[in-house]
Amino acid sequence: MFGYILRRLLATIPVLLIVSVFVFLLLRLTPGDPAAILAGDAATPAQLERIRDSLGLNDPLHVQFLTWFGQMLQGDFGTSLISNTDVLDMVSDRLGPTVNIAVMTIIISVLLAVPMGVIAAWRHRSWIDFAVMSFSVLGFSVPVFVIGYILIQIFAIELRWVPVQGYKSPADGLGAFFSRAVLPSLTLATIYVALIARMTRASMLEVLGEDYIRTARAKGVRENVVLFRHALRNAAVPILTIIGTGFALLISGVVVTESVFNIPGIGRLTVDAILARDYPVIQAMILLTAGIYVMVNLLVDLSYSLFDPRIRY
Amino acid sequence: MKAIRTGLPVTRTLAATLLASSALLTPAQAQEETTITAVMHSGLRVLDPVITTAHITRNHGYMIYDVLTAVDEDFTPQPQMADWQVSDDQLTYTFTLRDGLMFHDGAPVTAADAVASLKRWGQKDSGGQLIFDVTASLEATDDKTLVWTLSQPFAPLMDVISKQSAVPPFIMPARVAETSADETITEYVGSGPFVFNEEEYEPGVSVTYEKFDDYVPREGEPSWMAGGKVVNVDRVVWTTMPDNLTAMNALAAGEIDYLEQVQIDLMPILDAAPDVTVEMRDPLGYVTIGRPNFLHPPFDNKLVRQAAAAALGQEQMLATMQGDPEYYKVCGAIFGCATPLGDQAASETLVAPNPEASKALLAEAGYDGTPIVLMAPTDVISLSNQPVVAAQALREGGFEVDMQSMDWQSVVQRRAQQAPIGEGGWNMFFTNWMVPEISDPLINVMVNGRGDDGWFGWPDDPQIEEMRSAYVAATDAETQKAIAVQIQEHVMDNVNYLMMGEYLIPQARRTVIENMIPSPVPVFWAMTKAE
Repeated sequence: MFGYILRRLLATIPVLLIVSVFVFLLLRLTPGDPAAILAGDAATPAQLERIRDSLGLNDPLHVQFLTWFGQMLQGDFGTSLISNTDVLDMVSDRLGPTVNIAVMTIIISVLLAVPMGVIAAWRHRSWIDFAVMSFSVLGFSVPVFVIGYILIQIFAIELRWVPVQGYKSPADGLGAFFSRAVLPSLTLATIYVALIARMTRASMLEVLGEDYIRTARAKGVRENVVLFRHALRNAAVPILTIIGTGFALLISGVVVTESVFNIPGIGRLTVDAILARDYPVIQAMILLTAGIYVMVNLLVDLSYSLFDPRIRY
Repeated sequence: MKAIRTGLPVTRTLAATLLASSALLTPAQAQEETTITAVMHSGLRVLDPVITTAHITRNHGYMIYDVLTAVDEDFTPQPQMADWQVSDDQLTYTFTLRDGLMFHDGAPVTAADAVASLKRWGQKDSGGQLIFDVTASLEATDDKTLVWTLSQPFAPLMDVISKQSAVPPFIMPARVAETSADETITEYVGSGPFVFNEEEYEPGVSVTYEKFDDYVPREGEPSWMAGGKVVNVDRVVWTTMPDNLTAMNALAAGEIDYLEQVQIDLMPILDAAPDVTVEMRDPLGYVTIGRPNFLHPPFDNKLVRQAAAAALGQEQMLATMQGDPEYYKVCGAIFGCATPLGDQAASETLVAPNPEASKALLAEAGYDGTPIVLMAPTDVISLSNQPVVAAQALREGGFEVDMQSMDWQSVVQRRAQQAPIGEGGWNMFFTNWMVPEISDPLINVMVNGRGDDGWFGWPDDPQIEEMRSAYVAATDAETQKAIAVQIQEHVMDNVNYLMMGEYLIPQARRTVIENMIPSPVPVFWAMTKAE
């Protein structure tokens, strides 16, 4: 197991290296000028040129890359070209809201979706199955911002149970955190509940047709034990995969939901940086995202062995 | 039925718990302080008000810095940090700092700080550059006095250094102002009415200002950036909300106090909010303009530029942008309709499109049908409609139009390219300005006729430069106005740019916020908050 983890971790190095070169070149080839954003609309071409010089944007491409890459190897991701703020500080400030909302979303999604999928499979072609599938289609089809606005209208404006917008860290108090995180998490959960419930149902349907399930039932094992201990464990691998992918997607940023609920997360940071061509921030964000995907995939792969003893590393 | 009976108490309990715990965890101190929470038009990311012309950074500048002099609501320069005297020969300006001026770090503001700040500003600001072109010396003769000596009279000097936008000469400590004008400052110490809270600053997300207890306001009523800046609140928090609907909902729910820009099509949401007032606090508003590229065909030909002016109509463009006629104004005055220099001379052709006149001018010019490249940004709401309306109007006026959609960043990069059209160049783009930013011939970058040294589009226009020089030399308001009208007529004839009218953006506040002064720059002094 340890050797496997080490090999996987070592494999991330070339991945991140390729990503860093690719991202660096892609950004420099994309039209845009951070100096123009910094200087504003009234700046003359000569003023822009001087600002580009001071930011090092007129240096040869390889010099810019080597400077950035050398700093990065020392753990320095540079400073924002626009706000002159340390990139790592910016990213770490924004990571908290995104991770917390993502964790809450995944918890809500799993708690709702897995039982829904199991019950839908158990009562295949019944009204429950139909209801779960209908909800899934709805969850996929309705744009996330529409769900967000509907939840805001009902729970924040009409009932006044929670604030319309904003984010508070759990360190500021759990009540303040939950009251602000619940609506964005529910909004995001809609699509993940749909996704995980469908996957659970499909996976369970396959497993429930297996001989050992029929045997267990013939032996008189209680139905909930059959479903949740015998069937679900064997159906878990694709469900875990979808949960892991979903979590990575959430961490890498959910711009629309962050905008609707005014959450200062990773998604908004990335989009703002792209619109401003803030190269150091974009580069750091893409590397971070790549790293998150690699790590989440590793954790998902490792978790398979917990549910399926046949999988060994 | 059973589910409803068991469900409701649970949700009520959950909601009550959330609310109660939120309240319990709110520090008592926060309730005692008066905090204004404002959603501004944009997130603050650049903290140097000299290096950028971004409005949000200028607004930040007015929070933490002060200025030597400032124009009031009549566009008249007034003393702020300093009084001034002008010598009889108009060559020497002597400024005397008033008593009690202090930086946020406790150091007194000295004339040396002001000199260093003015010199840095003079490298960036177009009006400042003109003054420094005729500056013989600028020096502090003692801690409170600075003397500015010119080599030749520069009559609008006070107007330029007192202007509200885009880059006012904010006064910083000399050690900060000695930073190169092409690099951003890294220390944010001013002497203005608010102190920047660096610890709570999150670029693009939130910025907090604390009342500066040692600030000594000037005597008198506040008027725009002039007058007494008396602060009546403890803290001001600017928070960024990228979604205007969310900001409006937050205002209606009492979570924020002030919204700088209200999206007009969403205004009915606020009609239903009992404790919210929607109003116009910026009496001047904005202008939207089109800029042709003088370097390349076909807009290197005056007749073709005139054809474009004939093809376009302000009413159509403004109606598409704003919708409600209450929030736009057909106005052909290149210096703004409600400014001292504003005049609508020769602008009749811009009111309504005249495609036939456009076609006739194109025929006279021998336009060969080469498509004009019109850059169309799609990611900035206030700029996305103009190219679409213009493209259609220009086609109806006989032009072939190649409207190229791109993000605003691509526009700002490409508009700096002087290359021919086939090599990445362009023919026309649209942008917006606040009226104070175009209100006189020195501030308005689009009437700069210095070719490559001028603003994008690069008209080489010696005639307008002569007029601007005459404006600088004019010593009375009447002569200045006469020259401004000449420039207006020249711009309409030469089509240095296409003035496409004025528009207004309403603001909204909770009714607990009172005594906000009307101003193009939202200011947080004078205002009170009743709780």
